[in-house]
Amino acid sequence: MIQLIVNGQPHRFPAPPQAELKNQDRNDAGVNITQLLEHMGSQGKRIAVERNGEIVPRSKFDQTILVEGDRLEIVVAVGGG
Amino acid sequence: MDGVEIRAMENLVIAGKAYSSRLLVGTGKYKDFAETRAAIDASGAEIITVAIRRTNLGQNPDEPNLLDVLPPSQYTLLPNTAGCYTVEDAVRTLRLARELLDGHTLVKLEVLGDPKTLYPNMVETLKAAEILIKEGFHVMVYTSDDPIAAKQLEEIGCVAVMPLASLIGSGMGILNPWNLQIIIENAHVPVIVDAGVGTASDAAIAMELGCDGVLMNTAIAAARNPPLMASAMKKAVEAGREAYLAGRMAKKLYNASPSSPVEGIIDSSSLRKGKGQAA
Repeated sequence: MIQLIVNGQPHRFPAPPQAELKNQDRNDAGVNITQLLEHMGSQGKRIAVERNGEIVPRSKFDQTILVEGDRLEIVVAVGGG
Repeated sequence: MDGVEIRAMENLVIAGKAYSSRLLVGTGKYKDFAETRAAIDASGAEIITVAIRRTNLGQNPDEPNLLDVLPPSQYTLLPNTAGCYTVEDAVRTLRLARELLDGHTLVKLEVLGDPKTLYPNMVETLKAAEILIKEGFHVMVYTSDDPIAAKQLEEIGCVAVMPLASLIGSGMGILNPWNLQIIIENAHVPVIVDAGVGTASDAAIAMELGCDGVLMNTAIAAARNPPLMASAMKKAVEAGREAYLAGRMAKKLYNASPSSPVEGIIDSSSLRKGKGQAA
């Protein structure tokens, strides 16, 4: 388990299953953003992600490995004036 | 050039892109997405504002997304920084918006100063605008109706200045047409009245003053019948623009001028005169 701050709230995230780890040679045992979004039910949605104050481009979701204490913002467009 | 030709070449140009509608609308405060869509369709608006907010984690994964109802392929989406009180929050919000909208750079910047009035903090607004412009954003900026602030925002490179008519969501109409006129006279970028419009006549007055467009949300969303008000606003903006282009007559206080010929009016006094002579 690692703890992340997602949208201002602490969130405990389970480590990925062993089966997935085998395919992640360069990623060691970390959790990437794609996996986080899948866990949150947000995969494939129109969202944008910021990690510790920096934008993470969609193309880098797979290779961005999260570490304990990372602060993430996940946003959507909503009605507004 | 006749009136039809003038109207045909009449586009609102922002950051090099031409729009045929001068009405810009927000997407907040509607009861559901169906009403949002109906009102926006009736408004004829091409530029529509959206807010950027944290996702509701773990809630309703199948919840419809605003961008599915209002696809960026059909509209020019204008992400805003509503609710931001600092330079940092506003800049972060728009960086996220650019990522969310696949590199889209046209944004609405507002840095608020006070939650009670939602009045803009112009010092912070200027700082945020400078950062965003350096990063390649095309900034349409919410501003007080201070002509100096509006000019400064234009000088640092904002693509449109958007002074308030009155406070956000107040529906109080145009409280200081004199300041708006000074801003319009001095501006070399589009001036769009943003905030405070309450009903169709307010929008028409803004356009008659020479504004290049009007941005509104609550006036439509809080009407009893939002799509009908959206249609009224569309007509008001068009009517006000045409009146501005046509050039209104001069006001003539204490100097009435009849619209009908003054010659050839039947004259009953001559009739009475004739009777008097016969008697």
